[in-house]
Amino acid sequence: MALLEIANLTVEFATATGSLRAVDGINLSVDEGEILAIVGESGSGKSVAMLALMGLLPWTAKVSADSMLFDGQDLLSMDDRQRRKIIGKDISMIFQEPMTSLNPCFTVGYQITEVLCQHFGGSRRSYNNRAIELLHQVGIPAAETRLNAYPHQLSGGMCQRVMIAMMIACQPKLLIADEPTTALDVTIQAQILELLIELQQSHGMALILITHDMAVVAETAEHVVVLYAGQQVEQRSVKELFKSPQHPYSEALLNALPERAQEKLLNAIPGVVPGQMDRPKGCLFNPRCSYAQEMCRQQPPELRDGILCHYPLAMPNPSMRKDPDLDVRTQ
Amino acid sequence: MLRFLINRLMLLVPVFIGVTVVAFGFIRVLPGDPVEVLAGERGVSAEKRVEILANLGLDKPVWQQYLTYLNDVLHGNLGVSVKTNRPVVEEFFELFPATAELAICAIIFAVIIGVPAGIIAALKRGSKIDQGIMGISLIGYSMPIFWWGLLLIILFSNTLNLTPVSGRLSFLFDVDPVTGFMLIDTLLSDEKGSFLNALHHLILPTVVLGTIPLAVIARQTRSAMLEVLSEDYVRTARAKGLSTFRVVTIHALRNAMITVVTVIGLMVAILLAGAILTETIFGWPGIGKWIIFSIFARDYYAVQGGLLLIAITIMTVNLIVDLLYGFINPRILHQKNKS
Repeated sequence: MALLEIANLTVEFATATGSLRAVDGINLSVDEGEILAIVGESGSGKSVAMLALMGLLPWTAKVSADSMLFDGQDLLSMDDRQRRKIIGKDISMIFQEPMTSLNPCFTVGYQITEVLCQHFGGSRRSYNNRAIELLHQVGIPAAETRLNAYPHQLSGGMCQRVMIAMMIACQPKLLIADEPTTALDVTIQAQILELLIELQQSHGMALILITHDMAVVAETAEHVVVLYAGQQVEQRSVKELFKSPQHPYSEALLNALPERAQEKLLNAIPGVVPGQMDRPKGCLFNPRCSYAQEMCRQQPPELRDGILCHYPLAMPNPSMRKDPDLDVRTQ
Repeated sequence: MLRFLINRLMLLVPVFIGVTVVAFGFIRVLPGDPVEVLAGERGVSAEKRVEILANLGLDKPVWQQYLTYLNDVLHGNLGVSVKTNRPVVEEFFELFPATAELAICAIIFAVIIGVPAGIIAALKRGSKIDQGIMGISLIGYSMPIFWWGLLLIILFSNTLNLTPVSGRLSFLFDVDPVTGFMLIDTLLSDEKGSFLNALHHLILPTVVLGTIPLAVIARQTRSAMLEVLSEDYVRTARAKGLSTFRVVTIHALRNAMITVVTVIGLMVAILLAGAILTETIFGWPGIGKWIIFSIFARDYYAVQGGLLLIAITIMTVNLIVDLLYGFINPRILHQKNKS
């Protein structure tokens, strides 16, 4: 049985101008010890979906799903008190901005031991050694002295390491990393990713990696979910996706990788993700899709074999393509 | 830390000089002089008046008077009250505990009610509760102190007969002034029931004096909490599985308190100003009433000395608040150490 199973997750925000559907019917499952990547541009609903799973969305959000099972427990039917026993302990999450995600008024030691006290009881002092051990694990030198440091005395990379130490303190079964390297220097990014993968393997925990970096996906994940404007457009194993993307959006994301640029210009996807006001009729990707047909502009596609497209690329029908030369699978 | 303290103290020097100028100038701008007031309706002959003024040192040019005053102040001498012929410092410190007691009670009252009210309003943002709390605090903030005091006296003292109208203690009790703080003195004395009586006398003045600080603190706490609650670290705290209570009172409040403490520090000046009205309404024998009385008597030395001592009190409290920052917000302490 999968560790995490989510079926038809939908998140709607009540706004002054009506309701905004940030996540629209996402299905995903994660096995124990597996790495799943969720990719998509900014505004495609990656973070919101995971925050919904953690129960961390503001009250203006309305979360609904057919099922949301974690380790056999139904997260949907739980009240806040029961859910708080799971989050931070069995499911934990690290965030994008390490510098602002740690509380500036408390020492690193306080913030790490606090989570242990919360879930296992006991005094904070009794967990000091455990905290030092955790800081060692995440590669912080002179961990003993760092316990009394405040977040503002550490660099961004260090803060992210502290954050990771805090979130793996209770040995979670599932760690969600929400763009953990976006706010960091390029050199530090690789280190943090390596650290996450190393911890994932040594602890045998499952990892959901939210990213918009396809290169990161290729290096780390086994399965990948591609989101666009809150919809899940493709879900497959990473190998297959890189070999033959079936959704035009996945293909466009892959083409945007710098290695795949044929000329000096990168292959950017024209336009932006539609917002609340400019949702197109038919397929949400159609205004930016180079394969779009009349059908795509009129009718929203249905999910078939995990792909949300009228004309998936794996079923080539060249007569229906505007420009078959654009297909890069042959490269 | 020491360096931080020295820096702060250095900054106080120009403020101190400014205060002496204002305190000295203010009372001299008012028409009339102490001799005229002392003489009253009977009047005084021109020669006698000149003689008394010379005795008081008020016949010299103003700049010379100021330099003499500054010199005296720096030697710790604030002069002698024209009216009572007692040293100003002695009079001030005799009355100061009464004002301090009232101000401390008022600020405690304001914090105990204002901070939780602000937190609740922030958590229930936009709800009827939030609107209610903010509405009431706006009324409290706008209420003139003298009017509010009279309303409370009419309701609680006259109509309901629940609280005394004025004074610090009933005449039935005889309590030795050990500290000058009535609550402490009555506890030390063996007069039964005197503590409760003193407490009884404190209720209305405390409420009246504490109303404006209460309103300001509630509003400030609300806006600080709203800002802090949307911070990333609050989300982190929730992601750790902490209870809402702990997230709010430990992680959010500690950060929100940084701005609230500033406001509480600034409130001290407002409290001392408010004390002038409150003490007059409730016949409270404190600094506020004394300074009003001294101004009416054109008691130059009492007024300029009293204002200076009040200013020093406010500066001291603000200095303490600055130091408190360091404890609440570690970032400030580290910055100061580096510079």
